[in-house]
Amino acid sequence: MQHSTGYIVGFALTVCLVCALFVAGSAVGLKERQEANVLLDRQKKVLVVAGLMKEGEDLSREEIAALFESSIQPKVIDLQTGEVDPTIDPTAFDQQAEARNPETSIEAPENASKIRRLPKHALVYDVVQDGELKALILPVEGYGLWGTLYGYIALAPDARTILGITFYKHKETPGLGGEVDNPLWKAKWHGRLAFDERGNPVIGVKKGPAGPPDEDPYNVDGLSGATLTSRGVTRLVRFWLGENGFGPYLDRYREQAGVRSAAA
Amino acid sequence: MAEVSTREAFIDPLFNNNPIALQVLGICSALAVTTKMSTALVMCLAVTSVTGLSNLSISLIRDKIPASIRIIVQLTIIASLVIVTDQVLRAFVYEIAKELSVFVGLIITNCIVMGRAEAFAMQNPPKLSFIDGIANGLGYSIVLMSVAFVRELFGSGSVFGFTILNPVNQGGWYVPNGLMLLAPAAFFLIGCFIWALRSWKPEQIEEEFHVGALLELGNEGHLR
Amino acid sequence: MEHYLSLATKAIFVENMALAFFLGMCSFIAVSKKVETAIGLGVAVVFVLGITVPLNQMLVTALLKPGALEWARLPNVDVSFLSYLLLIGTIAAAVQIVEMVLDRYSPELYNALGVFLPLIAVNCAILGASLFMQERDYSLAEATVFGAGSGIGWMLAVVVLAAVREKLRYSNVPGPLRGLGITFITVGLMSVGFMAFAGIQL
Repeated sequence: MQHSTGYIVGFALTVCLVCALFVAGSAVGLKERQEANVLLDRQKKVLVVAGLMKEGEDLSREEIAALFESSIQPKVIDLQTGEVDPTIDPTAFDQQAEARNPETSIEAPENASKIRRLPKHALVYDVVQDGELKALILPVEGYGLWGTLYGYIALAPDARTILGITFYKHKETPGLGGEVDNPLWKAKWHGRLAFDERGNPVIGVKKGPAGPPDEDPYNVDGLSGATLTSRGVTRLVRFWLGENGFGPYLDRYREQAGVRSAAA
Repeated sequence: MAEVSTREAFIDPLFNNNPIALQVLGICSALAVTTKMSTALVMCLAVTSVTGLSNLSISLIRDKIPASIRIIVQLTIIASLVIVTDQVLRAFVYEIAKELSVFVGLIITNCIVMGRAEAFAMQNPPKLSFIDGIANGLGYSIVLMSVAFVRELFGSGSVFGFTILNPVNQGGWYVPNGLMLLAPAAFFLIGCFIWALRSWKPEQIEEEFHVGALLELGNEGHLR
Repeated sequence: MEHYLSLATKAIFVENMALAFFLGMCSFIAVSKKVETAIGLGVAVVFVLGITVPLNQMLVTALLKPGALEWARLPNVDVSFLSYLLLIGTIAAAVQIVEMVLDRYSPELYNALGVFLPLIAVNCAILGASLFMQERDYSLAEATVFGAGSGIGWMLAVVVLAAVREKLRYSNVPGPLRGLGITFITVGLMSVGFMAFAGIQL
């Protein structure tokens, strides 16, 4: 069957038009729902590490939003000074995008976690219930064995005791390094101390089993068969709690909390 | 291909002419999502609906497509359908869509979709083409779901996330087979699946030139 | 420099397109019967990946990123949902252009690669690499290294598989496993071998 050039061009244009309408219609129609999903996903992760929600627990959208609204206070801080930056809206802030953008990030100092650029700002959360601060939640990331692990660490109001840790995205070997997802292992972090007396971040995953938190406060049980993942977790936690990560923010917090307790 | 009955069009791709096992089509995007049954199921639904709908829409306009631009027209239709599927997945099953990541996009280059559009939908009426598309999608799903079942059951001790074999790391007795969750296991399982299918239907065995087999025959003849 | 070297190693060995992500499997299995054809297809894949991934990177940055349409005075228009169409369109066009250019200026290369080029337009590895590039947000230089690296990794895998299959002709494989079945199991074993590269960092 032979067709004229005009017919072919017309046909191509019609197909393009129909497809374009179809695609654009679905994209525009579903956009709101997709954005709600992204936000919900982020809120869920924070609620899980704050211990307000169990992993895999089935809560409705409204419940999650209500729980988040009532007890979590997000804030954007300046990483270098540790001060809260009220000019940036936390709901629209994307820390990973900021870290990639050369204008809003700086070259990271030499580190073992393969972090190349540090964002100027970071998104942290306070867990506040009944007007009382319950926990500080800090985002962490760093290189493991196969790729970068992304997660959150929760500190008690003394800014020293660890309440929990969770990794929401990683590519570690299932059954070995992938055990960072194991609830039993994650529970082992609870009650350990992140900093020694002088304020250096010394918490780490050791090789083999660690003692109970009151005897062996600075070590967490190693993941068997996953030396490199364990080492990666140690490095990334120490990096983010150290002077190049959230050190300034935590110092500032301790100062203020100290002032507050002295006044009381 | 003129007198294909509805029943044949449906049953054939499931076992006799399974797109993965026999035609080696569309395994690219398939295997990486089979560590969990839930992701595999969503992937199957996505592929089945895309094959079905692309076959239907291409068959509807098959007489009007100019031959010179037919591939690009097919590609445009398929790509649009995949985008819509991706948007729907992201709106309604966000968590799973996130795990599927780039593999939803790869349905575009999935050879089943293009293959069926070119080989079947261009020659057959819409209703039959639609059934053919759905059946090919289902044939693909059978393989995908069996692989996912084995990988999830032995790799993490669960089926659709419900614990069946209680794994050690949750205080149970079953030591999960980590290999099942790694890439090589998918290849082994597909290999075994083909082995099983062809033992059941010996007419699908490939007659390749095998020196080993010939030698054995020769020896037997010699002994006799 | 070190960063690019490590990215290339990762693309070639650790995250091998064929063996770790199962991409480009259709042609991977179909064309790996003879080493010569495998090399031909492999070179074509390296070539096309090396061109399309950076090309797509430029287009994605210019057209699809949030706020990218500022130059057209449309700063708030977000067309990122069109990414699949853009990527596959670029690939199809690039393959076509490469084919015509080769035909015109280098008939020898065209004779060697010509048959494989149309096959490549619908090869998952090509689209996959562009999608990974988009998801991981590579810069132009990173995209070039990643594209070429993935291509080399894929070529390595397909040539090695073809060599194994040539030898396999001399073994007595059980009937139902012959052909496809044993090929899959071989690929699985190769994939186990490639896992030894895990954790290698430069």
